Parts: sequence; structure tokens; C-alpha cells
Amino acid sequence: MTANGLITAEEAVSHVKTGDTVMVGGFGLVGAPLTLIDALADHSDATDLTVVSNNIGEPGKGLGKLLRQGRIRRGISSFFTSNPEAVAAVNAGEIEATLLPQGTFAEAIRAGGAGIAGFFTPVGAGTLLADGKEERLIDGVPHVLEEPIRANVALVYAARADELGNLWYRHTARNFNPLMATAAAITIAEAAEVVPIGELEPESIATPHLYVDHLVLGS
Amino acid sequence: MTADPKTVIAARAAQELRPGEIVNLGIGIPNLIPGHLGADTAIYLHTENGLLGVGPRPEEEELDPDLVDAAKRPITALPGASYFDSASSFAMIRGGHVDVAVLGALQVGERGDIANWAIPGKDVLGVGGAMDLVVGARRVIVTMTSTTPTGEAKLVQECTFPLTAREAADVVVTERAVFRVRDSSLVLTELLGESTLADVSSVTEARFTVELED
Repeated sequence: MTANGLITAEEAVSHVKTGDTVMVGGFGLVGAPLTLIDALADHSDATDLTVVSNNIGEPGKGLGKLLRQGRIRRGISSFFTSNPEAVAAVNAGEIEATLLPQGTFAEAIRAGGAGIAGFFTPVGAGTLLADGKEERLIDGVPHVLEEPIRANVALVYAARADELGNLWYRHTARNFNPLMATAAAITIAEAAEVVPIGELEPESIATPHLYVDHLVLGS
Repeated sequence: MTADPKTVIAARAAQELRPGEIVNLGIGIPNLIPGHLGADTAIYLHTENGLLGVGPRPEEEELDPDLVDAAKRPITALPGASYFDSASSFAMIRGGHVDVAVLGALQVGERGDIANWAIPGKDVLGVGGAMDLVVGARRVIVTMTSTTPTGEAKLVQECTFPLTAREAADVVVTERAVFRVRDSSLVLTELLGESTLADVSSVTEARFTVELED
């Protein structure tokens, strides 16, 4: 797809439906699409969400808002601990938690977007995080079978986009955003700046526009 | 005057790094290491959230909200630095392209098992990149005090805390000694400061042999 002009954040989050799996970019709040998350919190009734994000925001910030609203049913993450309220919600049985090593989390999303049905990784073998997963000895080393992750909607953040939806990321705000942009049925990108077509250097585009369905101007 | 144990550990661990190496430093003691590197030890710091070429902490006026390390603290990037996404970053780690990971641990077992992400009975809800790093880095250096604040040995026969990975440690540096893991066994190769073998034995539950090196 190609982003067909800018839409508002409110319009954008209307694509998120109750029961959906939603990927949200960012390492903590760095590179998180905060305008889209706020719109999801303020202008959407979608609930019972499965959230795929490295962290569940911070208390009352980012995804922490949705958590307080009780709209997250399950989190898939590598580090819930950065939001103590998420940890408390898991312990109280209010949300379900799937914990993955960060590299496995990233690769599972990459695989989801790249049409790979699963992969064997040595990471996590012999630990609690391999419980219930197929293990196989490959070249004498125990490996764990990990499944790809896909979502109904991905919310990503880029410092700059062009009007086609090509995305350019800045510094460590890139993190999971380019991966998540590939792994959802609908990808919505929030960009701090939108420039005319042709202004981004082609070599610097980390997410080609074919991955981006909707573009929203962020703050 | 007794030197601060963490300073002793960081200073000794710094000597394990060789010029030109790609190094990932964990939170805590490992972060003290750059202060102990000689001017000629040019190493390249990798942070798993997507940067090779981490520079010093920024001055107030250099603070950039898009530039943080894996602990989400502000950093700078050096000339020659590169940014990449998280899958690429962990491909570097898992693929054996990062030479050294230096990290703290709660326990290390006598075969080199590492436990550093969860305490039994506490929330097991954050692992971050710890498992990827100890499995993927070519050399894993554990920096930790020899005992917990309540005096329990951290070098143990078998880890009782949830494992990060089996047989992953190559070197363990405590405030008293340097251990190396050879053929799945712990070997004490150096005593630090005024420590004696008896001192080390008194705070080490793991079995080890001694092969002192100059």
C-alpha cells in the first residue's frame, strides 16, 4: 500500500478494533508514536487488545494510559518491568503476559513481516522462557523454536516521512519501528515532519512506502 | 583505606578488553569500565537499542531525546557511529559479531551458568537483551561482587535463581579475584589487591582450581 495523504490521529485509530493485536514501536518512550497512542486512549473504544511492544509504556504515559483504562488483555514484551503498573496488573491476573528475550521479540516481528513461519534460536534454551516450546539440538547446541508475530494494526513513529509514506528514522528512535511497519495488516505511521515526495534521499529511507497504509502528523 | 569493590572490579575488567573490540556494556558495574580504559584502548561500544559507537554522557546542552542507551539514559554518538533497528542489532549479537559482553549477575554457577534476570518469588517480567547477549557475544565477562549484601556467595555450585543461559560465562571478575571458565570448570587465575586464597574460598561456594597467572 501507499499512504494516501495525511489523516488525523483520531481517524487513524478507528482502524483498531476490539480484540485486535496492536504493535506499538518504541524503546520505552523513545521512538514511541505518542500522538497515536494518545488518540487510541482518548478517541477509541477498542478494548480487549493484545499489545506487542518492547515495554508497556510508563505509569500513565504512552501505553501506560491504555493499561490504566483496562483495555489491554495481553502484553507481548521483553521488559514489562519498566512500568510497575503493568507488573502489578499481570500479578493481579488483569492482563496476560508473554515475555520474550528482546532479540527473539525483534526477530519474531521481522519474521512475521517477512513471511517466515518460525525460526530456531539458541537464546533462551534451557531457561524458563523456553517452557512449552519445541527444543532441537542443532550442531550440538540446544535451540528453541520461536513463532513469528503479526498484528492487525501497527503504530510506528518516524522523525520524517514523505507524502508517499516513505519513512526516515532518527538516532535510537528507530528501534522496533521499521520491523513493526512490516508485520501488520494495517500500518499507521506517525511522523514529526512530512516532506514532499523526492525530498528524502532514497538511500536513507529505512521503511519504503509499500509498508505504510496511513500517515499522521505527530508532535 | 579499602578501595571501593565496584571500582576494583571495573578497573580489572577493563584490562580484559583489547583495542579494536566491539563491546556491549550492561547496566551497573560494567558502565564504570570506560573510566578505566587507557587512552590507547580504542574500543567500540554497542548498545542493543540500536547504536554502534556510543560516546560519553552528554552535557546538558547536548541532550537529545532520540539518543539513549539500553538503560534509557542519555548518551552521545562518536564520529563513525551507526544506527540500526533492533532486529539488526540482535543479529549482530546473536551472530557473534559483538566481541565482548560485560554484565552483572546475581549468581554464576561453577560450570559458567549465569543467572542475572530474575529472583525466585519476585516478578519474572523483564529479561530485555540479557539472554541474547550472553548466548551471542563471543566472550562474556561477568562483573559482580563476590557476595550479596547479606553475605551469601554469588559464585555457587548450581544457580538457584532462574538461568539466563547455561555455560555462558568466560571470565568472572569479583573484587577479590579473577576466574576463568575452562572446559566447563572454574579456574582462579588472579588474586586482586590484598586478597588471599583463604579470603576467596570463604566467600565462594563454587568449586574451583587455582592456576595463578602473572
